[in-house]
Parts: sequence; structure tokens; C-alpha cells
Amino acid sequence: MFRRNGTQCVATFAIDEVRVLRKVAGEVVGLLTDGMDHTDPVVSRLFPDIYPDRPDDSAEFRLYTEGELKTGKIDQAGAILAALPDEGEGEVRLDGEAAEAWLRAINDARLAMGTRLDIGAETDLSEELEQAAVHDPGSSRVFQLSVYAYLGYLQESLLNALPEID
Amino acid sequence: MGVMALPQVAPVETPEIEEAPADDRLWVTVVWDDPVNLMSYVTWVFQKLFGYSKERAEQLMLDVHTKGRAVVSSGARERMEMDANQLHGYGLWATVDRA
Repeated sequence: MFRRNGTQCVATFAIDEVRVLRKVAGEVVGLLTDGMDHTDPVVSRLFPDIYPDRPDDSAEFRLYTEGELKTGKIDQAGAILAALPDEGEGEVRLDGEAAEAWLRAINDARLAMGTRLDIGAETDLSEELEQAAVHDPGSSRVFQLSVYAYLGYLQESLLNALPEID
Repeated sequence: MGVMALPQVAPVETPEIEEAPADDRLWVTVVWDDPVNLMSYVTWVFQKLFGYSKERAEQLMLDVHTKGRAVVSSGARERMEMDANQLHGYGLWATVDRA
């Protein structure tokens, strides 16, 4: 988890955390580079229609803006990959700009996972995890839910480690 | 994003008060509630992107959370499109509508 150190946000990650973060950021990059499928609910959530009731206007706007938006999202996921230790465990130190990229990238990853996991307003994450674990503790859903929860804590810790904006 | 050319006004006669075209006044950016985005993150985005005070940003975030949606900015249509697009960059669910 992140903490403030001078002007930087600093975290020490165990080897499993590094692996998970690398995987999650890589998946976001993959999703955005492999010719996006707009019928995929994850893609619709990351690139919402700007005019929900006017598909033509939304499509036209998308035509002009989506490329840059997509590049931005790939770059911010890349900022996670760039800052992680190459091998094994290690420390990550982020300046203000890198911290912002991480926040945005963690959020994209959480949106993608949250959509796939069907997280809703009423979802109680610990209850979901418990149920999934009772069903099959080694299941992919248990892993995905744990990673989703972990990313939420990580994002919150990074927000708390940022200098106040005011 | 198109840059609107300013109308050339020749100030020879008594200038009338310029009225913005209706289309330039009646648009809003709306942020919708979302089960994934953290409340603290949404507040931070409003501060960062719009320069709102922490109090105002928190109030807006709470409006989004409790009412399901909130108007976060208003103005010319192109400006609202830009705001919504930037909000999408942060992963917030934003749309543009007439006020």
C-alpha cells in the first residue's frame, strides 16, 4: 500500500503483488489494442456514449475522440508497467504525474474487472468472496474478486498518499 | 475538438449586447453513479479536472452517489463534450445533455 514520502508516493510490493499488477495492467493494454469490440460491456463502460439517446451523434463524437482517449488509457496502464520492479519484489516511487497515471490506470482495471464480475451497487464484496470460496476456493472468480478488492485498497491508499489539492 | 472562430464585429455602430446562440448556453455534463468508482476517487477527479474546492467536489460526488446523477458543469456544447471526454479519460461515466 502507498504512503507519502516527501513529495513522492511510495509503496513496497511483494512478488505476488508485482505479478498481479503486471498482469492486470497488461490485460488493460491488451483489451485496448486488440481491435476493440464495442459490444463488449467492458469497452462500453470504458468508452461510454456521450449522448445515450442519440447513437449517431455519439458515434460521430467517438470518431474524433476515441483514438486519443484510447492512447491515453494505454499510456496510463504503461505507467504501471514502467514503474514496477523488473523482477521480484521491490519499491515503487511515484511523483505527482506518475501517481495520477497510476490512479487512472488502476481505475480502468477496476472498471474492467468490476464489469466482468458483475459488481453492482448492492454488491457486498466480502460476502461475494465468501460465497465464491465456499463454491470453489480455487476458482478464477475467487482470484478475480480478490484482485478487484486489492486494487480498491491500493487505489484508496494512493489517494490518501497524494498531497492535498486545495 | 473544433475551435470556434469568434465573430468579427465591426464596432462602428452602437454595439448591441451579443446574445450567445441558444445552442451555446443550454448544455450540461452529467456524471452518473457507478458501483465501481471509489467515492474518494470521484471527489479527487472533480477537484483535479474542474478546480472545484474539496467541499464542492465532495458535495457533487454525494449528489452522484445518492441521486444517481449530477450536473458537474454547464456551458457551450463543445465545452461540455470536452469535459465529458476528459471524464471518460478518468473512467467516470459522463454524458452530455441539454440543460
